[in-house]
Amino acid sequence: MKIAVCIKRVPDMDVRFKIAPDAKGVDESGLKFDISDFDGYAVEAALQMKEKLGVGEVVTIALGPDSVQEILRKAMSMGVDRSVQLKADAVPADSYAIATALAAELQGGGYDLIMFGRMSIDTAHGATGAMVAELLGLPCVTACSRLEIADGKGTARRELEGAYETLTFPLPAVVTIDEGIARPRYPSLKGIMAAKKKPLDTKPAQLGATAFTLDTMALPPERAAGRIIGEGVAAVPELVRLLKEEAKVL
Amino acid sequence: MATELQTETHLASPALKPREGDLFNIDAALTEEERAIRDSVRAFVDEKVLPIIGDCYVQGLFPKELIAEMGELGFLGANLPEEYGCAGLSSVAYGLINQELERGDSGIRSFASVQGSLVMYPVFAFGSEEQKKHYLPKMAKGEVIGCFGLTEPDYGSNPAGMITRAREQADGSWIINGGKMWITNGSTAHVAIVWAKTLDGDETGASIRGFIVPTATKGFSSKDQKGKLSLRASDTSELVFDNVHVPADAILPKSGGLKSPLMCLTQARYGISWGAVGAAIACYEEALSYGKNRVMFGRPIAGFQIQQQRLADMLTEIVKAQLVSLHLGRMKDAGTFTPQQVSLAKRNNVNIATNIAREARRMLGAVGILAEYHSMRHMANLESVYTYEGTHDVHSLILGQAETGLSAFNG
Ligand SMILES: Cc1cc2nc3c(=O)[nH]c(=O)nc-3n(C[C@H](O)[C@H](O)[C@H](O)COP(=O)(O)OP(=O)(O)OC[C@H]3O[C@@H](n4cnc5c(N)ncnc54)[C@H](O)[C@@H]3O)c2cc1C
Repeated sequence: MKIAVCIKRVPDMDVRFKIAPDAKGVDESGLKFDISDFDGYAVEAALQMKEKLGVGEVVTIALGPDSVQEILRKAMSMGVDRSVQLKADAVPADSYAIATALAAELQGGGYDLIMFGRMSIDTAHGATGAMVAELLGLPCVTACSRLEIADGKGTARRELEGAYETLTFPLPAVVTIDEGIARPRYPSLKGIMAAKKKPLDTKPAQLGATAFTLDTMALPPERAAGRIIGEGVAAVPELVRLLKEEAKVL
Repeated sequence: MATELQTETHLASPALKPREGDLFNIDAALTEEERAIRDSVRAFVDEKVLPIIGDCYVQGLFPKELIAEMGELGFLGANLPEEYGCAGLSSVAYGLINQELERGDSGIRSFASVQGSLVMYPVFAFGSEEQKKHYLPKMAKGEVIGCFGLTEPDYGSNPAGMITRAREQADGSWIINGGKMWITNGSTAHVAIVWAKTLDGDETGASIRGFIVPTATKGFSSKDQKGKLSLRASDTSELVFDNVHVPADAILPKSGGLKSPLMCLTQARYGISWGAVGAAIACYEEALSYGKNRVMFGRPIAGFQIQQQRLADMLTEIVKAQLVSLHLGRMKDAGTFTPQQVSLAKRNNVNIATNIAREARRMLGAVGILAEYHSMRHMANLESVYTYEGTHDVHSLILGQAETGLSAFNG
């Protein structure tokens, strides 16, 4: 069983971030970066699958500048066997450009399963996995919350509004992973030391054509401060009037 | 050669941009592995320790359920070699583990310090090959828990005076009588490293030897210390040895004199210097975040000059303390550090942490007295840390002696 997991380096979204001066991305200074959440679940699910089967290889692939090596090494410290960096000066905004480069790397790699997060938590297009599947001509199951592999077939569960569905698919295949599948393990200290010695190959990314361009990224306008009309029951008529006439919500 | 040194040693990532909250860019002085290790311990503490620690503290319970995972992740004795099942980390990485654990709670860090520096270290440094092979891998996994018995009811700062006595028998076995007080992990432990005199009339402690004593041995008893107002999420116990009979191979063959337990303390104190920084960071971050959100007189309290001075003082002392420990760690790895340097670091860092915890507690106002917040717990914990592993005063005397050449220990 050979599994590839494609992972993205994203800023820690808990910190307050700024938009870069060119208004095309996030200002990276002061930010902490990590594996995108859903990609982390995919790494954990892949490792658990390998451990359950007792054989196989898990490979992580990340596209971007050398800063992505840190998340690749983190994945290897969790137990991933080796990694590939597809080197590019920046991560393109168009998922298609990314998917093309990933597909070129994955093609002929002999992978039984190719995993992605359901979407990256920074740009949230959620398109890369499905595009790679299309480019490779493989079946694609998105947003799996459970995954099992047996007898050359995969079974996945997907959460629906108030229900769930179970699907069976042949291998090789592409799956994208939703939360709930597995909590990523903490890299053990021995794992962190061992990761130093695991192979991390760097290759130029064969980026595909970009169909769209990112014009601007902006923060939502700050909300104006509220207005206090008065206090207690006496203020109700005025409040109702303003809601009707000014806010026009009644 | 120069580039080789760069990758091999610790000029980690000078080009690294500072993270928010890391004003002095101390991250850039760490290697990528050291940062990864710190982050892994940090994530563990955030998810496993912080949600439960307030309750553990109030109930006076050490969260034993965390031991197995701490062992599995490699937090115990992490600086000891891989051939004994340990992680083989640098001293700085070991220090960072302590920092992050104590950012959670001094009791959690104390558990790990005792296990790593005071139990595994003496087995490693003074034990036979059989003892090392038998104990260290199990101790690293947390399957065998240890404690360190040096202090006695009447001999705290002056352990040379101890009265616990081990008598060698005709067959080479030993019988130990006496007792120890204030022993961290004392009631949890499977084995105790017991320090005892082996000769009568020894006043200097020259005959002190270390013994690995299984706590299940007949005549060994332990009693939980009740009524603590500090380090409540930690097991602190009294040990009594009533004709405890241990075989010849219980002795740590390479231990000899008071110097041996003091070497262990030097290891532990080094880690504590980092740990105290972790407690200080926890309090500082709590005060900063509370200060930015708590509105009084129409504005966040962090916008007032008095609170900004508090925050500026806290940050300054934290940065200084981190640099002291970091430099000390690099010297430790280079094999050049001295116990006097460790005294300076332990004394300074614990002292600034106690002050920061108190100031943070005050800045929080009334909520600062709740267990739901962290500062008062750290404040109370740090009083133990101030006292154990050589009181603040004792380290003053060690430094004073190093500076003047005059010992002030006896007056
Ligand atoms: C929570 C906790 C956990 C502990 N865990 C352990 C453990 O695991 N193993 C272990 O062996 N011990 C442990 N200890 C014991 C600790 O190391 C001792 O408490 C410490 O060494 C001080 O000894 P003492 O309490 O007897 O104080 P004393 O030595 O009686 O000191 C009392 C006061 O006198 C001062 N003083 C002492 N001598 C001098 C002097 N010459 N000049 C000026 N002032 C002086 C001290 O600074 C202190 O202020 C622990 C203690 C605590 C509180």
